[in-house]
Amino acid sequence: MGLSPVLWQFLVKWMTNFAIIPPEASRIAPQVDALLVFMTLVSLVGLVLVGLLVTAFSILYRREKHPVAVQIEGSTLLEATWTIIPLGLFLVMFVWGSVLYFRIYTPPPNAMNIYVVGKQWMWKAEHPGGQHEINSLHVPINQPIQITLISQDVFHSFSIPAFRVKREAIPGRYTTVWFEATQVGTYHLFCTQYCGTNHSAMIGEVDVLTPEDYKKWLADSTSGVSLAQNGERLFASLSCNACHNGQPDSRGPSLANVYGSKLTLSTGQPVLVDEAYLRQAILNPSAHITQGYAPIMPTYQGQVSEEGLISLVEYIKNLSTNYRVQQTLNTTALLPEQPDKVPAKGASAQGVAKP
Amino acid sequence: MSTIVSLPDQATARIPKRNYLTNENGLLSWLLTGDHKRIAVLYLISITFFFFIGGALAGMIRLELLTPQSDLMASDTYNKVFTMHGVIMVFLFLVPSVPATLGNFLIPIMIGAKDLAFPKINLLSWYLYLVGGGMTLTAMITGGVDTGWTFTTPMSTHFSNTNVITTGLAIFVAGFSSIFTGLNFIVTIHRMRAPGMTWFKLPLFCWAHYAASILMVLGTPVLAITLVLVVLERTIGIGVFDPTKGGDPILFQHLFWFYSHPAVYIMILPGMGVISEVISTFSRKRVFGYTAVAFSSVAIAVFGFFVWAHHMFIMGVSNYAVLVFSLLTMLVAVPSAIKIFNWAFTLYKGSITFETPMLYAFGFMGLFTIGGLTGVFLGSSGTDIHLTETYFIVAHFHFVMVGGMLMAFLSGVHFWWPKMTGRMYPEKISQLAAVVTFIGFNFTFFPQFLLGMLGMPRRYAAYPHEFQVLNVFSTAGASILGVGYLLPMIYLIWSLKYGEVAGNNPWQATGLEWQIQSPPLTENFTTIPIVTQDVYDYEWLERQKEHEVTHVG
Ligand code: HEM
Ligand SMILES: [Cu+2]
Repeated sequence: MGLSPVLWQFLVKWMTNFAIIPPEASRIAPQVDALLVFMTLVSLVGLVLVGLLVTAFSILYRREKHPVAVQIEGSTLLEATWTIIPLGLFLVMFVWGSVLYFRIYTPPPNAMNIYVVGKQWMWKAEHPGGQHEINSLHVPINQPIQITLISQDVFHSFSIPAFRVKREAIPGRYTTVWFEATQVGTYHLFCTQYCGTNHSAMIGEVDVLTPEDYKKWLADSTSGVSLAQNGERLFASLSCNACHNGQPDSRGPSLANVYGSKLTLSTGQPVLVDEAYLRQAILNPSAHITQGYAPIMPTYQGQVSEEGLISLVEYIKNLSTNYRVQQTLNTTALLPEQPDKVPAKGASAQGVAKP
Repeated sequence: MSTIVSLPDQATARIPKRNYLTNENGLLSWLLTGDHKRIAVLYLISITFFFFIGGALAGMIRLELLTPQSDLMASDTYNKVFTMHGVIMVFLFLVPSVPATLGNFLIPIMIGAKDLAFPKINLLSWYLYLVGGGMTLTAMITGGVDTGWTFTTPMSTHFSNTNVITTGLAIFVAGFSSIFTGLNFIVTIHRMRAPGMTWFKLPLFCWAHYAASILMVLGTPVLAITLVLVVLERTIGIGVFDPTKGGDPILFQHLFWFYSHPAVYIMILPGMGVISEVISTFSRKRVFGYTAVAFSSVAIAVFGFFVWAHHMFIMGVSNYAVLVFSLLTMLVAVPSAIKIFNWAFTLYKGSITFETPMLYAFGFMGLFTIGGLTGVFLGSSGTDIHLTETYFIVAHFHFVMVGGMLMAFLSGVHFWWPKMTGRMYPEKISQLAAVVTFIGFNFTFFPQFLLGMLGMPRRYAAYPHEFQVLNVFSTAGASILGVGYLLPMIYLIWSLKYGEVAGNNPWQATGLEWQIQSPPLTENFTTIPIVTQDVYDYEWLERQKEHEVTHVG
């Protein structure tokens, strides 16, 4: 932070009281605020300097005092000064800001993933354990949370001012943002990208809970089906397993361990299999044919909702041993006991059962 | 000789009988005119008209935001109101304002030419502007548009049931008006300078318009194409922006901002040109570091094309692209800083007076400095994440565009009013208007910075109650600001009949436009001048004055 922690605490108290900054409720917030304070100070100095120059010259050289102007051509030295000093300051802000930017958008490896779908006009959150919520988001304190975002219709933007994070939810594309909440409480979750009629009603709440409360919340709102289990069900009901069955002679490649690996396409191009690739491969299969397979997979465009896609992707991710290990490490501590059986009924092609 | 002598003919002065206004009579002589000065007047009237429509919409926005609920209008209506406000203000006011009025009027005179290079195209661009404006009004009256002035896809292509096509085409048409104006200026400045008018004797006003014209000519076609794509997508579903058809919704953002970022400079550069002239005149000095100011205009224009993605830091462009665009944004901020300091140092050892144009210019410097500095908050990618899409953005661009550009416009209108009409505006009340505008402006928009810091999203018809206090401040300020804008409207019209006769050079300024009669003759100059003196050469001017006095006296 650069400033002494005591002074910082004092400043923040003062700024919060005077409603200049929102509460600092995440790990990154004080870091963003430190740069904001630095920029504000530099700006004030700059503004005061310009103001003083203009005022002083206006008083000293007004017509009554100074009837004849002295013609001055310019001064290379002065011009160099006011080119180089602002340039230097701006570069400092650029570097500082970029470091922050990378921090804000690079999740730590142990982050727990929550999916959020934006649609006109609500936020739908999907927890790995299958809990769903609308316009609210429950997260545990002191745990890095990665939000994987997508929009089902227009652009939306996921913004939590108290955490100083914001990320656009884009149709057809996954974006991510992460945060680590540091204060129990309830904070605004805004949609900040204009998205039509009820844009200003697309407000949710983020509830930061203690680990115990979070566990309780998970247990109370669990649907009994995790995302991956729901995905497995969809995998069967959409007949994906007719081809992707892992048999040596099957018509589609096995999907076990495919997440995170490098595939070679029929064009010879290697691709990294991530969430976005999986989603695309389901919706638009002919765009990337895996080497050694015929282009026979039908498109599922229009047959699966974004939530359904998320479940499928989550299921395929879970088929990857590494990923399962990692997820288990991250979330078992927090998740309640999960029923192991896939419920037989209620499978629907249109995504997920509501809680 | 120590003080400037007032012109001897001032007391008994009359407006010359023969001038561009009286040259021909009748409506048709105006509607078919090829005279750049008359076209400038036509633009001035039409632009003012649209400004007041946009202003009325702004008033509705602020009234709605007085309370946290959306109680004055339904949120659909609110969305249409701020969209129309944005569209009208940006495309029908800010973009054409200074170039089409003051630029049109002054550039030929300043360089010693009889008209622009293509008078008929100049008239055509006014008609295109009118057609575009008319279509926008039609769209507004027949149901409005609710996409925001940024027309973001897929909102505009698939999810809006409003008049997107009419409005898109309206801006397309108005865009050509801007392209033609730009072309006309570039050719005129290159080809029609009077003998002796070298590039470095060119007033900074012309340099600024030259730079802005490059942007208009190169940038506007991209906007036009983008809007056509939106229209095609809406009508026949070509799918370039539609992810379900393999299109890319972010492509729209790239294309739109590739125009709209430079457009900010199309708006502000001509304003900077005005400020250079005004500050120089009222401190009676050559602009400090003339060459640096001239080149910084061109630098802003060139670099302005390479920063568009700073509107997209949170939209999933690659991290490295963000790095590059953030750096370039910082670099483009430097020439603006240079200009501010150059203007401040122009005052040094000057002989300063505080007529209305100068007060507006001071207002410009203060507000533009704040607008520019807060731009750095947004150019730095880490802080942009928190501030973008909030009221911080709204405050920032209003400081730059309305605080900067509009102050410059009013400064210029007052400054050249005597030249355009032959009459002075009333000094005291217009000084008051300048001060009221400045106060009202800060009152309106400064609280919005705080709202943005606190996280209040823009384009919200209703908002959480904790934001109300600052919004009430802002709305109260807006009513003061409204008075500040109405005053000039009233007294300038008044002055057309009752204003004091101005004479040729009421400010004792150096530009060629001040060496001819006010209002000028249709052909501007009876003989094409041969330029020997330097630009802003006040010593030369005083020698001239002495000369005249001895001759007439
Ligand atoms: C009394 C004067 C004005 C007031 C009170 C005012 C108020 C506002 C407000 C509150 C918004 C934000 C709408 C929203 O994001 O929800 C806005 C947007 C905007 N204003 Fe103004 N405004 C004023 C004058 C102007 C002027 C003179 C211009 C241009 C010369 C202008 C240009 C814009 C633009 C371009 C937008 C963006 C619209 C959008 O976000 O889609 N405004 N104005
Ligand atoms: Cu939204």
